[in-house]
Amino acid sequence: MNITLNGQEKSVEPGTKIGSLADSVVSDRSRIAVEQNRVIVPRDDYDSVDVADGDVIEIVTLVGGG
Amino acid sequence: MKSFSIGDHRFQSRLFVGSGKYADYDQMLAAWDASGTDCVTVALRRVDLDHQAEKRNLLDVIDRERYTILPNTAGCYTEDDALRTARLARELGLGDLIKLEVIADEQTLLPNAAATVRATDVLAKEGFTVLAYTNDDPVSARQLEEAGAAAVMPLGAPIGSGLGILNPTNIRIILDRANVPIVVDAGVGTASDVAVAMELGADAVLLNTGIAMADDPVLMARAMGLACEAGRAAYLAGRMKKREYASPSSPRAGRIHE
Repeated sequence: MNITLNGQEKSVEPGTKIGSLADSVVSDRSRIAVEQNRVIVPRDDYDSVDVADGDVIEIVTLVGGG
Repeated sequence: MKSFSIGDHRFQSRLFVGSGKYADYDQMLAAWDASGTDCVTVALRRVDLDHQAEKRNLLDVIDRERYTILPNTAGCYTEDDALRTARLARELGLGDLIKLEVIADEQTLLPNAAATVRATDVLAKEGFTVLAYTNDDPVSARQLEEAGAAAVMPLGAPIGSGLGILNPTNIRIILDRANVPIVVDAGVGTASDVAVAMELGADAVLLNTGIAMADDPVLMARAMGLACEAGRAAYLAGRMKKREYASPSSPRAGRIHE
């Protein structure tokens, strides 16, 4: 199935959880926040929330800024 | 120096410093140390899917015992984007502080005051401690306060411009009428700009580019910190009245030609 992750089209396996998607892009979950279709996914729910076909997912972190 | 508060957050330093545009993290940390700040701003961005592996995360280098992290909504051009960014920051474990920016225009980076007021209202009701970035406009400052801003942050000049405090009269009026802390944010180019803002009575100054883009950011950070303390002390001391004509500092009586 296909999703949009951080603005990029991605193909992911059916049954993928938010947690495994997050682990595929960062090594430390405490450094990110995740939004699925504009709704925040609490960190405690990463391993229980499914990624669905067509999802728009944002994974953000901190960067330098003023 | 006496501490001050925004909402439930106490700060020892009245200088807030950004984390952008430094050559590297080591330079940034040295500048923070030299400035005396205990509150630093950060931005939220998408994880870089192509290059994230080799990068040290900003959160790995910030000593959170020492520095309060103030996330911003920089780069948000709509109220909705600003709200989403604020909520993501809180989800990242950064607490309830948010530097709220809703930018109107890419060239000037001036704020959209009406959208900022609406976003402030929403975030304040959600329990955020909102530091609202706005124009040097006494009307929008008051509206933001009424909408629930814990602090109002009028600009000195456009972001990254280094032009200093362009409208000290308006900043003074904002300060006169404020019931929340006023943090002069943006446009500070050098130490005297910080001193001017603090002498006007600002509760604090927030800056980034003025330090990061100096030839020697660490030395400039020290200068900014000293100017902040000097300006605050001068404000508290109460400056003398200005007068049109000279007034001798030495006594008129007893001069040898009399």
